[in-house]
Amino acid sequence: MQSIDPRINRLDLPANDDGKKILSELEQLETYEVFHQKKRGDQHVHCGIIHASSHEMALILAKEQYARRRQTSNLWVVKTKDIAATAYDDTDIFEATPEKTYREASDYYCMDRIRKYQQEHGIKDRKEERRNKKESV
Amino acid sequence: MEYNDTQHKAVKEFLYKIADDQLIIGHRNSEWTGLGPMVEEDIAFSSIAQDKIGQSLHVYEILHSMGEADADTIAFTRNAAHYKCSHLVEHPIGEYDFSLMRNFLFNHAEHLRFEMLASSSISQLAFLAKKYKGEIKYHTMHSNTWIKQLGLANEESHARMQTALNETFNLALGIFEESEFALMLNEMNAFEGERALQEMWFETITPLLESASLKIPSISLLQPAYGGRKGYHTEYLQPLLDEMGAVFRLDPEAEW
Repeated sequence: MQSIDPRINRLDLPANDDGKKILSELEQLETYEVFHQKKRGDQHVHCGIIHASSHEMALILAKEQYARRRQTSNLWVVKTKDIAATAYDDTDIFEATPEKTYREASDYYCMDRIRKYQQEHGIKDRKEERRNKKESV
Repeated sequence: MEYNDTQHKAVKEFLYKIADDQLIIGHRNSEWTGLGPMVEEDIAFSSIAQDKIGQSLHVYEILHSMGEADADTIAFTRNAAHYKCSHLVEHPIGEYDFSLMRNFLFNHAEHLRFEMLASSSISQLAFLAKKYKGEIKYHTMHSNTWIKQLGLANEESHARMQTALNETFNLALGIFEESEFALMLNEMNAFEGERALQEMWFETITPLLESASLKIPSISLLQPAYGGRKGYHTEYLQPLLDEMGAVFRLDPEAEW
């Protein structure tokens, strides 16, 4: 197998029976998962992966890949192999039985009552105010 | 600040050497674009190269405000004898070890120079020094990480980095070639001086290189590569300038 990357071909990797080149562990650095925080206090949000040789290197490279074109206050990196995950075969554990929709937030209708209470007590809805402000701009 | 004729000349010479260093190392480093050792590093190194070119633009703009030609004309139409960059930045990119080591030595000098310039009486330059503080800090962090990584990784990488250091060190000393206007710039509170900068630079890089298990060549045995600040350059600069300005010179009046 010829790689499209001439540097990989130059590595002169050991070939298997098909004459294909085998990439051993060392020829590709391990991956780190990158988490991006927009403002201090916000949640860190997963944004992608990076190849690196250490946590320090992962942070340095992640800065250019994931923080160059947007507001950033902080980055986290975690080795991909240190992430524990559920199995996709077990996805059925997340399915809710239809009659238990009361477990889901969307099943609750309470905004009408909240608005009514706010009006009666003269409480301003800050979200609503912000929205009106944006529209008027 | 109002300058008399000699002061005007001194400030211009000072600005030219800062900007020419930035432009030429930026151009050299950009030659790695698409060839970096891995895609993440390719992007980071290219971005750093672009940053340097951007910095030079803003210094050329200060020069333009002092009566020099516009930035494009300054950058793309002068020949080597009119450039004030150090020999360090002119050399071809070599292998990645050479480029990384050069960038390490240059970035720390630039970082410290701009820290000094944050309180310079050349107010436009002091403004740029504050503006680019974070950008240049990142460049030094990037360099430090690679120097440490490769200095400590294995026998081959260590040997390569040590060789690169041996090859680049006297070139880097050329950054600090003193100007005939040094005393005047100092008295104007524009810039303390290259000697002070070199001392700080040496103090900064020594522990970093030691932590990467790299040995600094003995300064007393080295001949610093001087001449660049006076317009005497290596054979490598003119071909670089020919290539860099080729498109501009096709039609200097073109609107971009």
